[in-house]
Amino acid sequence: MSNQPILEVKHLSKHFDGNGVLKDVSFTLAEGEVIVVVGPSGCGKSTLLRCVNGLERPDGGEILLDGARIDAGADLVQVRRQVGMVFQSYDLFPHMDVLGNLTLGPVQAMKRPRLEVEAEAEKALERVGLAEKLHALPRQLSGGQKQRVALVRAMLMHPRLLLLDEITAALDPEMVREVLNVVLDLARDGMTMMIVTHEMRFAEAVADRVLFLEGGSVLEEAPPREFFHNPRTDRARQFLDTFEFDAVK
Amino acid sequence: MDFDFIQRFAPMYAKAAGLTLRIGLIGIALSLVVGALCCLAKYFRVPVLKQVAAVYIELARNTPLLVQLFFLYFGLPKVGVKLSAETCAITGLTFLGGAYMAEALRSGLEAVDRGQAESGMCIGLTPLQNLRFVILPQALATAIPAIGANAIFLIKETSVFSAVALADLMYVAKDLIGMYYKTDEALLMLTVAYLTLLLPISIVFSVWERRLRYAGFGGAVQGQ
Repeated sequence: MSNQPILEVKHLSKHFDGNGVLKDVSFTLAEGEVIVVVGPSGCGKSTLLRCVNGLERPDGGEILLDGARIDAGADLVQVRRQVGMVFQSYDLFPHMDVLGNLTLGPVQAMKRPRLEVEAEAEKALERVGLAEKLHALPRQLSGGQKQRVALVRAMLMHPRLLLLDEITAALDPEMVREVLNVVLDLARDGMTMMIVTHEMRFAEAVADRVLFLEGGSVLEEAPPREFFHNPRTDRARQFLDTFEFDAVK
Repeated sequence: MDFDFIQRFAPMYAKAAGLTLRIGLIGIALSLVVGALCCLAKYFRVPVLKQVAAVYIELARNTPLLVQLFFLYFGLPKVGVKLSAETCAITGLTFLGGAYMAEALRSGLEAVDRGQAESGMCIGLTPLQNLRFVILPQALATAIPAIGANAIFLIKETSVFSAVALADLMYVAKDLIGMYYKTDEALLMLTVAYLTLLLPISIVFSVWERRLRYAGFGGAVQGQ
């Protein structure tokens, strides 16, 4: 493993209509590391992810991917070929079957031979338990199945870094599990990931580090054990308490 | 009802229908090209072109085709540009149709979820690849009903070309009424001729629309 981090974010700031959404956010992400970003809604988690692959333009600070700056001058198409992203709403292409969804990027963007990509896609689909869905249309899949396909679609680009933006937020509980198992597998295989999630147990299990964001600032950055069991700030403690329920009786 | 009359002049209607159809189809094809260009200028936010497209669309949609046609046929010769009646007709139809097609295509593009474009970007597609493989197929599926309605509308609008002495269906009917006073027969044949042209087009678009709907995209929102 090289010493240079895959991702460096330095003093990042972003405003929407004069409101600071991100304020002076800095962190680094090493190869094979998984960082989980948590915080109340509207704290800037999603914006932070979207800045990393150029879907949003930051107003200040810098983002370095493998040491190269991502900014106005950077070739964002090239950046996105190295940084995969999966969204809450899956966003599979509804007019293509699963195989078409999976091969579009590698074949068109990366110019790889179709047959080779199809063989790889089949294998990858099998790994997430969806081998028989190769020719299904997205509308014929459950939410959990769609999200697993979306994950495979991102992984077939062989990204340096994978961004997951609340990928289980729209799913029924039993489907959450099947999707998160895929993510845990990826983490075990050494995939570098930046994950925004509200699944705190999952966050604790998968994270190497937790970033607690509030009002656009990083309030805490700590290993998961420390953050979830011994948060330093009151705000983080309050936030974590909202996931607990006291017995009614 | 004078059936001899109908029989005698039916070939004339057939010939005129051919002209109406030819001008209509050329006009529709060119309208789609103009509409697509306007739409893309707006979609990619091309400076200057985007404003030109906006002005053109408003101008074309808010003036009657007859006025546009008179401008081309009687106005342009005054500045030294003389176009044949047929060229005027096709140009006029394209001018009008381009604006309507631009709006139909725009509504299709706007119906494509923002997440689709972002997903395309996230698998490293270039903007053009994204348009071609992800956005346009879905936009066209949504726009097909509007495009079909415009196509039929444009063929019907060709009826104003009789005003610049183009021997289309309307012209033949007016001519026959003027010469023989067989108003009922002439108008009956005119109606039948337009229906013969337009009904098949209408049916083709309906079938196409239904096919796309069954294919599961083009507005059909699916639950999770």
